Amino acid sequence: MTIIDPTDAVPAPRSGDDQKTGPLLEVRDLHVEFQTREGVVRAVNGVNYSVNSGETLAVLGESGSGKSVTAQAIMGILDMPPARIPQGEIRFYGQDMLTMSADERRKLRGARIAMIFQDALSALNPVLSVGFQLGEMFRVHQGLSRKEAKAKAIELMDRVKIPAAAARVNDYPHQFSGGMRQRIMIAMALALEPDLIIADEPTTALDVTVQAQVMDLLAELQREYRMGLILITHDLGVVADVADKIAVMYAGRIVETAPVHELYKRPAHPYTRGLLDSIPRLDQKGQDLYAIKGLPPNLLKVPSGCAFNPRCEKAQDICRTELPPLVPVTERDGAELPGRASACHFWKETIHG
Amino acid sequence: MADPTGAAEPTDATPNVSQVEVADVHSEAEAVAALDAKVDRGEPILQVRDLTKHFPLTQGVLFKRQVGAVKAVDGISFDLYQGETLGIVGESGCGKSTVAKLLMNLERATAGEIFYKGQDISKLSGKALKAVRRNIQMIFQDPYTSLNPRMTVGDIIGEPFDIHPEVAPKGDRRRRVKELLDVVGLNPEYINRYPHQFSGGQRQRIGIARGLALNPEVIICDEPVSALDVSVQAQVINLMEGLQNEFNLSYLFIAHDLSIVRHISDRVGVMYLGKMAEIGSDEQIYEHPTHPYTQALLSAVPVPDPEAREHRERIILTGDVPSPANPPSGCRFRTRCWKAQDKCAEELPLLAIPERFKDSDTPAAHESACHFAEEKDVVNAA
Repeated sequence: MTIIDPTDAVPAPRSGDDQKTGPLLEVRDLHVEFQTREGVVRAVNGVNYSVNSGETLAVLGESGSGKSVTAQAIMGILDMPPARIPQGEIRFYGQDMLTMSADERRKLRGARIAMIFQDALSALNPVLSVGFQLGEMFRVHQGLSRKEAKAKAIELMDRVKIPAAAARVNDYPHQFSGGMRQRIMIAMALALEPDLIIADEPTTALDVTVQAQVMDLLAELQREYRMGLILITHDLGVVADVADKIAVMYAGRIVETAPVHELYKRPAHPYTRGLLDSIPRLDQKGQDLYAIKGLPPNLLKVPSGCAFNPRCEKAQDICRTELPPLVPVTERDGAELPGRASACHFWKETIHG
Repeated sequence: MADPTGAAEPTDATPNVSQVEVADVHSEAEAVAALDAKVDRGEPILQVRDLTKHFPLTQGVLFKRQVGAVKAVDGISFDLYQGETLGIVGESGCGKSTVAKLLMNLERATAGEIFYKGQDISKLSGKALKAVRRNIQMIFQDPYTSLNPRMTVGDIIGEPFDIHPEVAPKGDRRRRVKELLDVVGLNPEYINRYPHQFSGGQRQRIGIARGLALNPEVIICDEPVSALDVSVQAQVINLMEGLQNEFNLSYLFIAHDLSIVRHISDRVGVMYLGKMAEIGSDEQIYEHPTHPYTQALLSAVPVPDPEAREHRERIILTGDVPSPANPPSGCRFRTRCWKAQDKCAEELPLLAIPERFKDSDTPAAHESACHFAEEKDVVNAA
């Protein structure tokens, strides 16, 4: 275990002035590729997005769309090699994290940017008590003693509403239910009051009633600490409940960005529209479900032009040859729609009918 | 053969238990013949009465003694009608997958009966069981682990024919397998490929083709789409609906996703901790739920519409599902219920049409196991 010297100043302390200078986190033209025996897999191909303090950005996409790889690149937990970041910037309070030294990044990780993983059972160490694992944050980053760290751990478990925290602090992960384990993951991410939390499918493994509890807790804590939140998910329902803005990913690119209300009302990309139409609704009993034909592309050979063209009903010749850039979406009369962009040659037809 | 009419009074109200017609079966040959009888559309094809499964909890290595039991399924009754889809929903640990295993006879029931075309199949063994199994097939949850990686697709789909050779003569099997591939929307040329060469959605289609191979009448689907991506989920659901119409199948559709269950089901049963909490038509359950658990479950489902999130009333339950090894007395939901009173701890509510709705003709008049059942529309509530 590496001990980080707590006396070292962490870069860019959190203060009111700093936050006005720009977004909390900005990802610019990020590329990630993996060297495999079959060839180079381009998992992320030029992703741009930004998050502000107190804001929730939902990154939506199917498996293999690159949403988790982007998050891992931000956290700096990609295995390199086989992964490689050939170009791009990840700016945290304006500072590019990709050019930082490993030591500097380690100080940010956990303290300023934290991550909540999907599967709490495999993300927690089964042979260490949860109190020890929670306390590790304080011991490593703040140099607290074991006793002090345990007291802090109990405090944290109380925060995330784990009943009888003091009695359960010495329990092991398998002694907790799925929802409680996810709460411990959240507690661990919150421990040092980070500025940004990345939640990778935080509720996918949970039952609906527990999912509602956990999402509620996350939203409440986010408001309290004014954190930025990147929520990675494939569930359009969860997104609608908590997100402020949405970025939809497909085959390693962002195909559409929009504020949450706008996206559901008027999608500007055929893929988003297809996704919205293909989910069954609780409050409507439809006839046949709309299904996007075909399968998500193999990232070893992404189709030329727009990656979605083999599955798209609107595809024309230009879609097969020319890659559509992510362009701002406007009203019919040219009025700006803030925050909206679409990577489709025919976004006008898609959004305005 | 157990006579259901003579069975002890069940703990759950099962008013139509005496109506179960039992073919007077004497020989094995007759039993098999009874299985080939056609059931009319709208008639019950599968009747489950007071089904119970307790898994023993033991202590000690050499001298095992039973210290308790996990009451995974604790007395549930329902009918599956010919040609319909019955959805079973509930949280993890409520016993819905155990019900699937019991119906397949993969687990032996501790008590209770399962009547398939009037014949109790829960006590069958040997040839008679094999004959029944041909008619009840299963589609599994995880398309990655339910297909043998060392077998080709042709072998996987054709394997049921090895066990039931009377369905397809030996020379005809490859043709049948290709037909099945075509039916589920896969290229028949893929017959010699291995499972790893397919995506998740395609693998689930292979699993469906295997389930269809023996022309079953009932298919039990245990979370068939929960491992798939959203865009692929819709394809598989549409395929399953198409196949149901084409082959006149009855589905028991087990899932935790309430939106999908509503989409595909004609009737829905809600399970909680080994008991059926509420059962009725999809409209009765989704628009007029009377059991507080159903209401909480429905209100917790995130609706993909940000406009709706401001208007919807959400009931957020506290705590977790209690352990089925030591369930609460009386009503099992009382520990998380906001309506719970002393009566709930003392008296087990029976699954029946609530007294107050008995004479009315409203959609709220469906079976619900709650002492204080009242209607509350949480899905469309403004």
